[in-house]
Amino acid sequence: MATAKSWQTAEVPGPKKALVISKPEVVVAMIKRSKRPILIVGHKAVEVEMEEKKLIDYMIQIASSMKIPVVATAHTIKEFLERGFKKAFHMPIVDITNRLQDPDWKGLDGRGQYDLVLIVGIPYYMEWLVLSSLKHFSKLKTISLERFYQPNATWSFPNISIEEWIKSLNKIVSDLEVK
Amino acid sequence: MTGKTTSLKIKELKTDIGLIKDLEITIGRIIEEWEEKMGPTPFPSIKDLREWDHKLLQRYKPLYMPFCDLCCLCTMGKCDLTGDKRGACGLDIKGQQSRIVLLACCIGAATHTGHARHLVEHLIEKYGRDWPIDVGGVSVEVEAPVTRLVCGIRPKKLGDLEEVLDYLEEQIVQLLSATHTGQEGDNIDFESKVFHAGMIDQVGMEVADIAQIASYGFPKADPDAPLTDIGFGVVDTDKPVIMVIGHNVPPAVDIVDYLNDHGLFGDVEVCGLCCTAQDITRYNPKAKIVGPISWQLRAIRSGIADVIVVDEQCIRTDVLIEAKKVGIPVIAASEKNCLGLKDRTLDKAEEVVADLVEGKTPGALILDSAKVGEVAVETALKVAPKRKKIRVIPEVNEIVELSKTCTKCNDCRRACPNDLLIPEAINEAAKGNFSGLADLYESCIGCARCESACPKDLPLHSFIIKAAEKRLKEEKYKIRTGRGAIQDIEIREVGAPIVFGEIPGVVAFVGCANYPHGGIEVVEMAEEFAKRRYIVTASGCAAMSMAMHKNGEGKTIYEEYHGAFDAGGVLNVGSCVSNSHIAGAAIKIASIFAKRNLRGNYEEIADYIHNRVGAVGVAWGAMSQKAASIASGFWRLGIPVIVGPHGSKYRRMLLGRKDRKEDWCVYDARTGDKVYVGPNPEHLFYAAETKEEAMVWIAKLCMRPNDTSKGRAIKLTHYIDLHKRLYGKMPDDLHLFVRTEADIPITMKDEIKAILKEKKWKTSKIPDPTLLPRLIRAKEA
Repeated sequence: MATAKSWQTAEVPGPKKALVISKPEVVVAMIKRSKRPILIVGHKAVEVEMEEKKLIDYMIQIASSMKIPVVATAHTIKEFLERGFKKAFHMPIVDITNRLQDPDWKGLDGRGQYDLVLIVGIPYYMEWLVLSSLKHFSKLKTISLERFYQPNATWSFPNISIEEWIKSLNKIVSDLEVK
Repeated sequence: MTGKTTSLKIKELKTDIGLIKDLEITIGRIIEEWEEKMGPTPFPSIKDLREWDHKLLQRYKPLYMPFCDLCCLCTMGKCDLTGDKRGACGLDIKGQQSRIVLLACCIGAATHTGHARHLVEHLIEKYGRDWPIDVGGVSVEVEAPVTRLVCGIRPKKLGDLEEVLDYLEEQIVQLLSATHTGQEGDNIDFESKVFHAGMIDQVGMEVADIAQIASYGFPKADPDAPLTDIGFGVVDTDKPVIMVIGHNVPPAVDIVDYLNDHGLFGDVEVCGLCCTAQDITRYNPKAKIVGPISWQLRAIRSGIADVIVVDEQCIRTDVLIEAKKVGIPVIAASEKNCLGLKDRTLDKAEEVVADLVEGKTPGALILDSAKVGEVAVETALKVAPKRKKIRVIPEVNEIVELSKTCTKCNDCRRACPNDLLIPEAINEAAKGNFSGLADLYESCIGCARCESACPKDLPLHSFIIKAAEKRLKEEKYKIRTGRGAIQDIEIREVGAPIVFGEIPGVVAFVGCANYPHGGIEVVEMAEEFAKRRYIVTASGCAAMSMAMHKNGEGKTIYEEYHGAFDAGGVLNVGSCVSNSHIAGAAIKIASIFAKRNLRGNYEEIADYIHNRVGAVGVAWGAMSQKAASIASGFWRLGIPVIVGPHGSKYRRMLLGRKDRKEDWCVYDARTGDKVYVGPNPEHLFYAAETKEEAMVWIAKLCMRPNDTSKGRAIKLTHYIDLHKRLYGKMPDDLHLFVRTEADIPITMKDEIKAILKEKKWKTSKIPDPTLLPRLIRAKEA
């Protein structure tokens, strides 16, 4: 049964905790409602096998369907390029976290700050801290697309099975493709 | 004479014994004069370098990543500091994070300084206050660059270090007091104090290391320091084995001395873990290193030791519990780490030995290193032949049976810092397949949190050790013993190529073994930069991890590369406290090569290093508070530090913004003009997610405003090459690093010129860079 506890047991949150994504439609609605979403994809997206695909492939589908700008952290940009996805920007995770806290940042396209951050593929404890930073020092809404509960996000899946995760991501992809 | 003194002058004094005229009494610090002029900040207080700190912090603003949203340090709390809330004392979350960073750095600085105090007192007792500080004979005239820079004194004798320690201790007390409720409230001022703690820490480390080098005859700035054995498999278990763990070497030295004095050295194995092991091989290269900090539990549980001696720092606090399980007696040799044991310091050695051998007590606290030497050796000799080899590592069939009881609750994985797939490996082990467990060995940091979490009390760490038993026994490597300082002559030879950028950088691998994917990543990074003819330095556990891999020819990195401070060198400077020599080398470049006064002249020298010396620290497995304070010592000198992903738990980065042109201007010291120099170096402290990212950034962070065009072209070549290989594309920020066409690497001219054209790049000036208006020469004229 899905639980809303930190995946790494000792990474307990403060009083303000992420709302649980009980169904993937919540994510779809949030993305569709957002005027300026951004997707951050870390290197673990390449490591996580999901049946015949990898996590990064789902992210490419999500980004493509809604033209969401992508920041590939660490060396993940290479994987995007190898998959023919050339629109990703690359930046260390701490750099994009820093910029997302600056209301005057011009954004990746020069059109200003974002309003929704989707994040996946960062080591659990590092993402925990990144989301903590955004929780404290920005007004942005954040959605963790990880399989494990990230308590510092605005919205996060609880700890779910890989099958359930695949199902949810497939649903998000298919719903986003419906304009 | 100068210094902080109280002077009393009495023109005429009538007393019972007569009339005294022109009496002058001076009480306090006496500072020797020498030809070098005293700079503006000898023995700086916590605010004396605040202006310099604020300059750096203006450019490298803190990014806070709160690790805890609450404050529970006083009884008005807990206070929820989420977002813009303030606690009952008025502090906000930024203040609280920086306060915790300061606390961590105070702990680190206190630990090194406490270590230094103990060493200096011990060595003075043994060798006398007048024992000369010789760390490199005629090759090293600047014997204590950090101390000279910070304190403005030139320590010549062991006794001279006492006054330095007095200063350090006073500063740590002041810094620590700033963290009390209702003291400092501004996060940037907390950060300035963090820098101060780091600077104090650098001096403390230097004091400790120069004292032990001079007194114990460790290698003295020796590029050819001998190679010694490292690895679990190098320990000869047919002999009695004494295992030393910790950082403070006197007890280990006295063990070696006792063995030598009694003609027993070849008959008994002396091996160790962590920095005590590094330092005992500097004393006697026939001693052996088992491995870095993470190897402790596997080393204890393996049961190879006949006696364990612990001194201080980074020792598992459950060492006594673990040793008891295998029946190994423990000797605690530091008052900082008494382990609940009875103090046997004043008891007769033979009585303590008898109690340990007969198992009447699991251990003894002995605060006399000579007695530790005797008790450890005599105990090992007597225990070895009779000690019943108690086995705690389960046999294969036991692992299979125990694995079948696993409930697949996932608690082990969820407790693992690296989220290792332990349940899957256990599931396979239950079927008799141990490859999954064996694979975990490479990434396991040895914390055993998995075991603590297991509701079935399965000894999971022991499972991993057993599965990797063969690998463990084959761990036989060579490490170059810690060479200590960098010679003045080496600095003279490399000063120009480093400052002008022709040696592309100095990369220092430091810190602990809290790696995301095992020590192999440090080896790969070090090798990459050694091949590229950077100068690669290392210390402490990072230096050990670098030794624990062989190339295709069966050689370790220390056998493959030379040990000189020159292009393509791989240097082990020594233990944690030897880190000071890495900072010292950067300081000596300013002093010896550039002839800048360093005496009490911190700000100018830091400004020089920041703008000219392409050095980067890498603490890939940074774990402790000491690692935090070591890093902060580098920050105040303007040297950037990269940490591994676990380093994000330090909860604060210091990041530049390359998109803000206004942040990257310096003064041209020749003219006073403000000149844009690009984001060099772009960050002061940052956590990289992967080793690939770290490698690209090491190359990038070595660029400095002062690089000549030839030097910049070389540095750009490495940056571009690594970027293309690891990121699969050209960097998108080249226009920020090319100042003139002469900076462009010749082999990529057309490609880069096209990029520059697209970015509407314009030529810019290469200044004589400084952040300090007082160094503008035109102003003086």
